[in-house]
Amino acid sequence: MTPSRSIGDAMRLLAGRAGLSRELRLAHLRWALLARIVDDRLLTLYNSAQVPGNVFTSRGQEVLAAAMGVHLRAPGPGAIGDIFAPLIRDQAARLAFGETPLDVIRTHLGKVTGPMRGRDGNAHRGELAKGMLPMISHLGAMPSAVAGVLLARRLRGALAYPDSCIGITSIGDGGTATGALHEALNVIAIEKLPFVLVVANNQVSYSTFNDRSFACRDLVDRAIGYGLRGWSCDGTDAVDSLVAVGGAIAAARRGEGPQMVVASLLRLAGHGSHDDARYMPAELKARFGDGVELAQAAALAEGLIDQAGLDALLEELRALVRAAADTARGEANPDPERDDWRVLSTPDLLAMPGPTAEANP
Amino acid sequence: MTTSYVEAIRAALGDALRDDPRVFIYGQDIAGSFGGAFKATKGLSELHPERVINAPICEDAITGVAIGAAIDGMRPVIEFQFADFASIAFNQLVNHAATTFWRTGRPCPLVARLPMGGTKGSGPFHCQMPEAWLSHHPGLVVVAPATVADAYWMLRDAIACDDPVIFCEHKYLYNHLRETGDPRLAERLPLGAAVVRRAGSDCTLVSYSAMLHECLSAAGVLEQEHGVSVEVIDLRCVRPLDTATILESVAKTGRVVVATEAWPFGGIPAEVVAVIASEAFHLLDAPPRRVCAVDTPIPVQPDLYAAHRPHAADIVEAVLETVRF
Repeated sequence: MTPSRSIGDAMRLLAGRAGLSRELRLAHLRWALLARIVDDRLLTLYNSAQVPGNVFTSRGQEVLAAAMGVHLRAPGPGAIGDIFAPLIRDQAARLAFGETPLDVIRTHLGKVTGPMRGRDGNAHRGELAKGMLPMISHLGAMPSAVAGVLLARRLRGALAYPDSCIGITSIGDGGTATGALHEALNVIAIEKLPFVLVVANNQVSYSTFNDRSFACRDLVDRAIGYGLRGWSCDGTDAVDSLVAVGGAIAAARRGEGPQMVVASLLRLAGHGSHDDARYMPAELKARFGDGVELAQAAALAEGLIDQAGLDALLEELRALVRAAADTARGEANPDPERDDWRVLSTPDLLAMPGPTAEANP
Repeated sequence: MTTSYVEAIRAALGDALRDDPRVFIYGQDIAGSFGGAFKATKGLSELHPERVINAPICEDAITGVAIGAAIDGMRPVIEFQFADFASIAFNQLVNHAATTFWRTGRPCPLVARLPMGGTKGSGPFHCQMPEAWLSHHPGLVVVAPATVADAYWMLRDAIACDDPVIFCEHKYLYNHLRETGDPRLAERLPLGAAVVRRAGSDCTLVSYSAMLHECLSAAGVLEQEHGVSVEVIDLRCVRPLDTATILESVAKTGRVVVATEAWPFGGIPAEVVAVIASEAFHLLDAPPRRVCAVDTPIPVQPDLYAAHRPHAADIVEAVLETVRF
């Protein structure tokens, strides 16, 4: 699949390809592979009825998501880091940003040890202290929340151009139809925030194809209408994804305003584990490759890694995920009798005003 | 010196901006010389130009921005121009703000100001009462001040509260309700507490927001013209409900009428009556009654509007039927 690309995009790609280090390429490959292995393990757990609810895999979108993850900065001591609101097919980016396979599996199994403590599951997970906003199911809701974090940081003087923290989130072709996304992108452009939206056009919104989701020539055409800078890439190609997403993130860090990357790729699974995707036409499948397979082949062909090294890497990652699954399965479920069931942070509104904890210092 | 309800709100916003650098205000037409559709923010952007921010027409995004800012340590106050338009933000309020603490353990301290309630000639889309449908969702605090002092202190405490607070302020009260003195010097009641505004012994009358004043007027008529002693409770906070204050009064009177300007089905009075029926059935000497608006959209024509909204006379009638049961 060759996405529509301007001369400027092509020149950026040529220049960007030369700037990709071997370390970055290998890190990217590692996160893409790990995401695929984590997803495979989640499906095994689902098929053995250990997952309450469904599993939503990133299959087909790992290369794009990994390109996001390797360019992000997690918060740490003395560093506020980026703010990232992943959606359901961003597994590779989550892992690269600091989420562990153990927490992924804990959340899918509903374990009290996971970041959501069994209160929310599958892809609705995050850790605010680690800069990762947990998504809600309603598509288009997260970009404005990311904008809120960035606005807060602007008010505190914490956006330090030309090397600022940034906010990033993704959405699919289906989610681009929401009014919430329209409202958010307009606000983000008005405020000129260091924000990146990655649109994964995986050709199908659950079972509805592009022709019933939008009518413009290319989703990237929308960027200029909002006042965003648009980038296009082949989301199955590691280099193309790294250059476009990396370029957009770098531009946002420099203070060049909000960016929008539209990646073309194909969802290589059903919407979720419950969906066999029999509605996917063969013609569409024939147009797109598997990014993970292509990335491995490219890494071997370019001499970034040899077959023995790749085999060892795969075995290391499988062992990591296997161990995480074994650990998570042995951990406790939440206890309804011991859960505090509190929905308000304030212990007693009848005692307010009074001494209150400093929320979110 | 007197202070109006909207002046108290403006004072609370100004004092919060002055005292806490985490506070900012975001909404439509709130900055500059205009100062908001009801002038609740007039003059504030001159003092705090960075923290009184005009938004485009986008209630969903305004709320999403507030959620993000709140979890990143700020104290956002968002203004919907009319409470009716909060329906555009319904998803962000009930699915995002309301679930954040429960899902993540991280508080989401935002205040959404909703100018609500009926004013003559405003019709179906500028008069609605949003408190019932927002109260239905766990994770939101929903308050509806009825006095100038409460408008000030409840807004200060809503901003200080670590949870998302829906601040329902009544448009009719903005300039029609004035109290003597500076509300900063008035009594500061707990944010979640109901309060007895008038003591009585024959019937409990529960209300909130502007309808409280119809209830107080009705209580005066009932005492003077019918010899009926009515205890009037101002809920102030409709979610969570201060059930102890309600039940304590019902234990004394054995009869209760709940009045609201909102629609009857699934409303706050229905919840109050349900609590009384399940917790204090043995104390009742008469069936609890509700006085609500007519169960239709809100009409614009003044005669239709007057007939749609409950008045003191309707409350008098309901109390008399209750005490004569």
